[in-house]
Amino acid sequence: MTSSPGGLLLVMAVMVPFVGVLAGFALGGRKAQHVAMVTIIAGFCIALAIASESIRSGATISYLLGGWAPPLGIALRADGLAVVMMLAIAVVIVGIGVYARSGFATPPGVRESRAALTFWTLLLAIWGALNLVFVSGDLFTLYVALELLTFAAVPLVSLDGRAETLRAALRYLLYALLGSILYLLGAVLVYGAYGTLDMALLAERVRADPATLTAAALMTAGLLAKTALVPLHLWLPPAHAGAPPAASAVLSGLVVKGSWFLIVRLWFDVLPGVVTAPAAQLLAGLGAAAILLGNVVALRQQRLKLLVAYSTLAQIGYLFLMFPLAFDAGAAALERGTALAGGTLQAISHAMAKAAMFMAAGLIYKALGHDRIAGFAGVGRALPLTVLTFALAGLALMGLPPSGAFVAKKLLLDAAAASGQWWWDLVMQAGGLLTASYVVLVLAQALTPAAAPVRPQEPVSRVAEIAAFALALCSLLLGFVTATVPALSDVLASALKPSELVAVLVLASGGVLLAVALADRLPTWCDGAGVRALRRTTVAPALAFARLDGALRRWPVAGFSLLAVAIALGVAMIAGR
Amino acid sequence: MDAATLFGLAAAALVGLGTYGVIVNPQPLRKILAFNVVGSGVFVLFGAIARRGAVLGYDRDPVPQALLITGIVVAFAATALAVNLLLRLHEEAGSATLASDEPSSGKAAAERDER
Repeated sequence: MTSSPGGLLLVMAVMVPFVGVLAGFALGGRKAQHVAMVTIIAGFCIALAIASESIRSGATISYLLGGWAPPLGIALRADGLAVVMMLAIAVVIVGIGVYARSGFATPPGVRESRAALTFWTLLLAIWGALNLVFVSGDLFTLYVALELLTFAAVPLVSLDGRAETLRAALRYLLYALLGSILYLLGAVLVYGAYGTLDMALLAERVRADPATLTAAALMTAGLLAKTALVPLHLWLPPAHAGAPPAASAVLSGLVVKGSWFLIVRLWFDVLPGVVTAPAAQLLAGLGAAAILLGNVVALRQQRLKLLVAYSTLAQIGYLFLMFPLAFDAGAAALERGTALAGGTLQAISHAMAKAAMFMAAGLIYKALGHDRIAGFAGVGRALPLTVLTFALAGLALMGLPPSGAFVAKKLLLDAAAASGQWWWDLVMQAGGLLTASYVVLVLAQALTPAAAPVRPQEPVSRVAEIAAFALALCSLLLGFVTATVPALSDVLASALKPSELVAVLVLASGGVLLAVALADRLPTWCDGAGVRALRRTTVAPALAFARLDGALRRWPVAGFSLLAVAIALGVAMIAGR
Repeated sequence: MDAATLFGLAAAALVGLGTYGVIVNPQPLRKILAFNVVGSGVFVLFGAIARRGAVLGYDRDPVPQALLITGIVVAFAATALAVNLLLRLHEEAGSATLASDEPSSGKAAAERDER
């Protein structure tokens, strides 16, 4: 086994951001931002080079560190999945970098500001850690990569140094540490059973014995805690809503994808024959719970950033729906196919749309000095581009054509129909409706005319507005990119059928109805006897969801939930064979 | 019972005790210490696996020791970060509890709606 041509690019994808981190710290102050900009351009070019090399060779790019082959050495590998994720992350990082130039510029007359220096260096650190997650070929390197990712993400939460955000950061760190130690315990058990941690070697040797099943359950549960899948989400809403907008975009769009990607790697590449159908159904079941809980609680929020954070919770649920759809009952194994393609596309589409949404929320916050949704009247006139960005990102999240999420949804629906699992079809449609409802709610408030025109308290940077808009547009137009792939070319064409138009209308009207029924507060003009009668019956279940969320986010409950999820996964893997 | 089994059982006990502490103990500092107990349990387990030589058929396996050192460094860095966050939190808030008092949490919103 040797390194493939272009293998060195993988090393550079990991190293260049970290060199940027060190240079940023060494030079400090204003220079850190310039270093970050140069590194972002270089990193983007590297991602493009890796993508073109991958297309040219059509095979997995690999690199053996020091020329030592596994099991003694460590291999870096980038298959199509990793390359696609790296490219998408690079695009989002560029968008966030451009957006954050105004928010995290070192103020004039100051040599160095803590928030700016921390943000730019940690942005690069997160990028490097994510690239390492994508290209790592062994379970221990992945552990280190995940910890790097967490250590870089936690300080971003508390950049402003308020007690509330420090508390959110500490909760995040402690819960993530509990998750990663469970992952490490699983990895240690795997080493004990097989004497290697290299994923390619493990995939050949792995058998479904008790040690492997225990390890699989522990690793998966630990990673779920880091991904914040319901009911393991206690840290996510305060952390993502409390961070500055550019940091929220990084945390919500990118960081949760790291641990999610690792679960995909484990289940599809290392343990495809070890995981069972009930275990896959359990993962997707938690995903469905996340979609329902996250979306309904999002509707109950009064602050826009918390609403967007809860919507992330729901979108994380979407990412787990593909597991049972990818399960081939005949072979009793997970198969890479349309379901995995759909899930990956969903992740990429969400990364772009959610980053754009947090950016738009940040700009609205900056202009108004608050982000209370009930006080948004007149924003539509004051910040038309930003409200449009929010709307487009919302459309992309809902999965309207030609967004990437539309193609993803189509692929997943096809997989559900092919395997006869109609219930996931229902979950996906319900999720689209609920997403539509909070997007409609925010837009209705923002487009309500104000009594007096809104004057931005602080000037909003036009460059930042355009960066957010561009990312939202990327997510919305991602469908056209997928149309260039021969196997996916006809998916988007199906969007032109009349039945699709009906589906869009149903989505929009259903979303409005749900928003009226479940929202915390409606615009003042949306009032009447019918609305009140409807809300009298619907407000109780919505409140029950909010209460359930509050209970699940208490520390002991979340801790025991983590153990319960690990045990349930273990049982599902034993019972299903 | 050979030494490796004994160490394995001790590791299981450490992991169990530590996990209990992380979940049940409300004080952040004790959570951090309990996390270190879990970590020690995992490291002892890895040591026991190295001693057993695993499936490689060696008398003793040196690879886990190299990984262990890295693991210990990572756990140390995590502890340092957590303790620093805790100190800053104590400075800012005057107390160091994890109980969140955000006004718009589910419970508070529910209470407001009932009024």
